[in-house]
Amino acid sequence: MANSIITTTIIEPRKGWIPIDLKEIWNFRELLYFLAKRDIKVRYKQTVLGGLWAIIQPVFMMVVFTLFFGRLAKVPSDGIPYPIFVYVGLLPWTYFANALSASGNSLVGSANLITKVYFPRLIVPASASLAGLLDFFISMLVLGIMMIYYQFLPGIGILLFPFLVGLTFLCAVGVGLWLSALNVQYRDIQYVIPFLIQLGLFVSPVIYPVSIVNEKYRWLLALNPMGGVIKAYRASILGHLPIDWFLLGISTAIILVIFFAGLYYFRRMERYFADVI
Amino acid sequence: MSETVIKIQNLSKRYRIGERQGYKTLREAITNVTKVPFLHIRKAMGKVPGVKRSGTDFMPSDPSSRLSSQAEYIWALKDVSFEVKRGEVIGIIGRNGAGKTTLLKILSKITEPTEGRVELRGRVGSLLEVGTGFHPELTGHENIYLYGAILGMDRYEVTRKFDKIVAFAELEKFINTPVKRYSSGMYMRLAFAVAAHLEPEILLVDEVLAVGDAAFQKKCLGKMGDVSKEGRTVLFVSHNMSAVESLCEQAIWLDNGQIVVAGSVMRTISSYLREGAQSVLEKVWDEPSNAPGGEKVRVHRVSVIPQNVVAGELITVKTPLQLEFEFWNYLGDAVLNFSVVLYSIKGECIFNTVSQAKSFSKGLVRGRFTIPGNFLNNGVYKLRFLIVKDQSVALLDLNDVLMFEVHDVSRESSWHGEWIGAVRPNFKWNLEKMREDS
Repeated sequence: MANSIITTTIIEPRKGWIPIDLKEIWNFRELLYFLAKRDIKVRYKQTVLGGLWAIIQPVFMMVVFTLFFGRLAKVPSDGIPYPIFVYVGLLPWTYFANALSASGNSLVGSANLITKVYFPRLIVPASASLAGLLDFFISMLVLGIMMIYYQFLPGIGILLFPFLVGLTFLCAVGVGLWLSALNVQYRDIQYVIPFLIQLGLFVSPVIYPVSIVNEKYRWLLALNPMGGVIKAYRASILGHLPIDWFLLGISTAIILVIFFAGLYYFRRMERYFADVI
Repeated sequence: MSETVIKIQNLSKRYRIGERQGYKTLREAITNVTKVPFLHIRKAMGKVPGVKRSGTDFMPSDPSSRLSSQAEYIWALKDVSFEVKRGEVIGIIGRNGAGKTTLLKILSKITEPTEGRVELRGRVGSLLEVGTGFHPELTGHENIYLYGAILGMDRYEVTRKFDKIVAFAELEKFINTPVKRYSSGMYMRLAFAVAAHLEPEILLVDEVLAVGDAAFQKKCLGKMGDVSKEGRTVLFVSHNMSAVESLCEQAIWLDNGQIVVAGSVMRTISSYLREGAQSVLEKVWDEPSNAPGGEKVRVHRVSVIPQNVVAGELITVKTPLQLEFEFWNYLGDAVLNFSVVLYSIKGECIFNTVSQAKSFSKGLVRGRFTIPGNFLNNGVYKLRFLIVKDQSVALLDLNDVLMFEVHDVSRESSWHGEWIGAVRPNFKWNLEKMREDS
């Protein structure tokens, strides 16, 4: 048998604040990977279009929005063609919305695992958010094509892009932690999620640019954690505007607050999941 | 090597039962928000009856439960303490709802105890349900890795053991087919094969033998036996007494969340079985209309009559037992014979005795035979009675019609262990010296 250090485990009723056991999560990193892989594989098994589905959703939305908001309602788009304007906003938004849906229902959906096996429950909503990243990157391919078509070259701002992706992931996980933990206890959350997503689409600067909002009230948009982030995506990828550090800063702060508060709440509720689910 | 690997002290787990025990709606929570500040103050002042500051009861900050209804609690486990040494295989038996699965869940860290403490030395692997986490769309190969990861094995460990796992499951040909195409037997074999190769120091198994065919069960038992020979500790929950008996040296009987008996496996099992058994020495049906049988025969009475026993005294291994029955015969000139099968309480057949065939006219018929004393071993027995026509067709088959216990008797020798054997006959031995040696 391989060298195994005998570890002593103590099981006792726990009270109050429970610190995150990072070592344990590291030990279970394989499970995180496998659960995300499972979600991805299952999504595409026995389908004909497979990975194309990752592209169809944002592309269709872009077409519809361009028609109704771009042409009919004549929503301005910061001086760049509306289709690419809305598409860059749609990419992170679609990822965020899908990740939210998946992670919000993830704990309840894995009830059979949670009541029978031990592993850090954090992995469940985290893997749900992780799985969506693949679709996100696949739909980036279309963006690449569009950028060539519209002759956009990313500027220096593109360096911010990895940070923004990480921030979006953190946001999805953070809100996902709240929603999934709440959903275990209060089952209405599963109905609240689609509603929140619908609302979020209009509250975030996906369809319209931040510039149409009166300058005094722009910071309100940033209260929506994805607000500043989406504008930053556009600025970083398309380079048509300087990066709005102010808005991005507010959104980042809010995302961090949501994430850590979500972690705390999740850890507090974690011990009851198996009993309540 | 008598190192303690599992140490459980005063373990208790309380659950809240009743309505709204699980999830609730936001509406209820919101309406209670207004009541919360006042309730906290009142609780801190000790003015809310029945509320104690206790440990991790579930939803401790849930005010609505105390407010609206007297919350009902049950103790799934109460004050359970025991120790297990390395390499021991301990059986855990008890009725449904006794707390066995809750105990394993706490040891597996799936749920938290309300009170008490557990110390575990070594890695824990639990098999609370075989095949949890399998996804039907993935192939056997993919599911092995997924299930291995769920159980805590890393990728390299799974790869190392992959061939052994597939061989154990006997699924070489199907390993690349989606699991949803597997039969339930194949499914179980795959799941158990992965779990069996876990190699944890402590293995917790909950009733996984309940599913699967006989061959699979035998394989599981064999594997679990191997695990224990390798020096690993096993806690085995089961309703299958013969499995528990064959695997475990010690057993614990849990009832209503508490340990009733903990000790040698034989002693624990027989205490448990004896508890559920109520002696029924006689059954009488006065009216044919409510008696078992049909148009041809109807039972009137079946009795076990201990001989040479004063009323109130126990049946012992020395007591001869007369078996008597009466039935109404509606068939004229039927050639009937009778069969009695004696089973142990565990369901093993002790013997089947068959009477001679005889022709009977219509009317009430009585029959009897005697089981001699010094024949049966001590234990609890169940009786099955059949009436057969033409020595081939069973007109009546009464299973578990009677139950009785044969008690051990104080012996002349100084050895007081369990007497093995389905029967305990007292044959006459002839012993003589053949040759004198100087």
